Amino acid sequence: MSAPKFTSLTARCVVLPSVDVDTDQIIPARFLKITDKLGLGEKLFCDWRYLDDGSPNPMFILNQPEAKGAKILVAGHNFGCGSSREHAPWALVGFGFQAVISTMFADIFQGNSLKNGLIPVVIRPADHAALIGARGQSQNLQVTVDLQATTVSWPGQAPLKFPIDPFSRRCLLDGVDELGYLQQFTKQAEAYEAAHAK
Amino acid sequence: MSQKPQTLFQKIWDSHVVAEEPGAPAVLYIDLHLVHEVTSPQAFSVLTERGLKVRRPERTVATMDHSIPTKGGYEAADELGRIQLRLLESNAQANGVRIYGLNSVQRGIVHVIGPEQGFTQPGMTIVCGDSHTSTHGAFGSLGFGIGTSEVGHVLATQCLLQRKPRTCEVRVDGTLHPGVTAKDIILAVLAKIGVGGGTGHVFEYTGSAIRALDMEGRMTVCNMSIEGGARAGMVAPDDKTFNFVHGREFAPKGAAWDRAVTCWRELPTDTGAAYDKTVTLDAGSLEPMVTFGTNPGQGVAITQPLPLPASLANAAERAGLEKSLAYMKFEAGKPILGQTVDVVFLGSCTNSRIGDLRAAANLLRGRKVAKTVRMMVVPGSQSVKQAAEAEGLDKVFKEAGADWREAGCSMCIAMNGDQLSPGQLAVSTSNRNFEGRQGKGGRTVLASPLTAVASAVAGKIADPRPLLNGGQA
Repeated sequence: MSAPKFTSLTARCVVLPSVDVDTDQIIPARFLKITDKLGLGEKLFCDWRYLDDGSPNPMFILNQPEAKGAKILVAGHNFGCGSSREHAPWALVGFGFQAVISTMFADIFQGNSLKNGLIPVVIRPADHAALIGARGQSQNLQVTVDLQATTVSWPGQAPLKFPIDPFSRRCLLDGVDELGYLQQFTKQAEAYEAAHAK
Repeated sequence: MSQKPQTLFQKIWDSHVVAEEPGAPAVLYIDLHLVHEVTSPQAFSVLTERGLKVRRPERTVATMDHSIPTKGGYEAADELGRIQLRLLESNAQANGVRIYGLNSVQRGIVHVIGPEQGFTQPGMTIVCGDSHTSTHGAFGSLGFGIGTSEVGHVLATQCLLQRKPRTCEVRVDGTLHPGVTAKDIILAVLAKIGVGGGTGHVFEYTGSAIRALDMEGRMTVCNMSIEGGARAGMVAPDDKTFNFVHGREFAPKGAAWDRAVTCWRELPTDTGAAYDKTVTLDAGSLEPMVTFGTNPGQGVAITQPLPLPASLANAAERAGLEKSLAYMKFEAGKPILGQTVDVVFLGSCTNSRIGDLRAAANLLRGRKVAKTVRMMVVPGSQSVKQAAEAEGLDKVFKEAGADWREAGCSMCIAMNGDQLSPGQLAVSTSNRNFEGRQGKGGRTVLASPLTAVASAVAGKIADPRPLLNGGQA
């Protein structure tokens, strides 16, 4: 399995403005019984996306025609709070998302996303509101997330810098395998263990 | 020594850095890796793909808790659950990892058995593919949840790449009134800071009210640190900590014990050490707390009316509150006391230890669960279950009409057969009231074991305090 890579993406976005969206909404616990990563995209936001009879909820954003082909999710503040389940980014990636834009992400979700090539883009509340406004004007708004430059932009908006862990950025740009990187420290780990042996 | 004063967190962090390259996160050594069936299969697959084995099986402990049924008989709720349980068993065996499997008399919720068996010790770094790993911080350790990719990293290397978080002191001074518990402290902290208030930080709980808590109370508080967005919550170790750990199966023995305690006494935060921020709370001002919404930060004192969305200035927050109240079918401005309850769940890694069961049983003794309520009591481990039965607590619960179950995560996570039906309202001693957390369409009110019992007896959300002296709810 190769490490995820990401350089730049220009794509349409969908807006899910709710604040504090927890990972139980992103992927409910009953779908965590899998032993691989397959099929989670179908279950993304399951309890909001499907009605009780299993049919798509026409009111939910991902079921509207404009969601087809969207690769960027514009989410509310504190997206991904709650459990540590990596199934949450697996489900988002499984659906086709490659970036999520918010004003804040929960820590574990953010780390899990970076390990799966899903870019968590944090922008200021005013810029977030401007993006939602621009998206409201045009369903086909093309948003660009540039990891090389660490900027996000859209027509009418000059590139905005977003913060990202420099190591994670380097890993994504170069396709560095994090486990492989860690394994380079085996000698130091052995020395640590020898020094701390009881 | 003229060393700069350090926090408990800083000391543990510094003593576990194996390496740190410029521009890269620290390589942190992990002393204890707890593993369960739900977040480990894909991590073991990575090891298999790369021809790797678990590097330090003696520092790895596996248990089954999330998808295990609690009704007895150990027949998993479905085929996928059975596959997951079998896979954990075979992965553990193939790697020489200790496993508390289906028939183990010590099996239980990962955050209950870690401390119970003496694996959890002060000063350690502890991880698990589970966000409630923060529980272990009650022992003055650094415990935090990780994703499955990171589970793979730790299995393969016993190390983890980590950016250093900031610190937040959560200072709780004063004395709790009768009927107000550790659970009410943490629900009040969360109501104050919100579900994102601790993001990027590690909490250290300080103050006289925290020192006064027993180890189980401290675990309850640390357990829900993640509900405030903090990956870890810690309490400085003291004699209560050492007495709890002493004599447990995997605790140091003899001279090693004495050496360990000497080291552990150096762990508490030095006088004058600085935190990045501080939050304070007066324990004496607290009442029993309940949540009313769909995240753990949406809590109120049980006697208070539900908040009015109009009182919030921020439009997104106002929309969030309106959405929560609509989901919960609660009306803004109205009391939460007296709402009809369908299910009471006593259990989860937050409140399923022997002290929780004792406190609940003491309040329930001689009373009955209302006929309209289903009450489930789920011990945190089989050891807790045995201890409770030895004290006759199971009889108290059963005589009151409650269901006495086998150990597991049960209705906290609703992936094991235990769950709410759509629309049902539960008073739950667990940690999350997210939409559908306890079953699709289910509604959850988080509360202490005492409030759970009072509500079970009354058949509606009830204040436990009138019951303390033998009164009626």
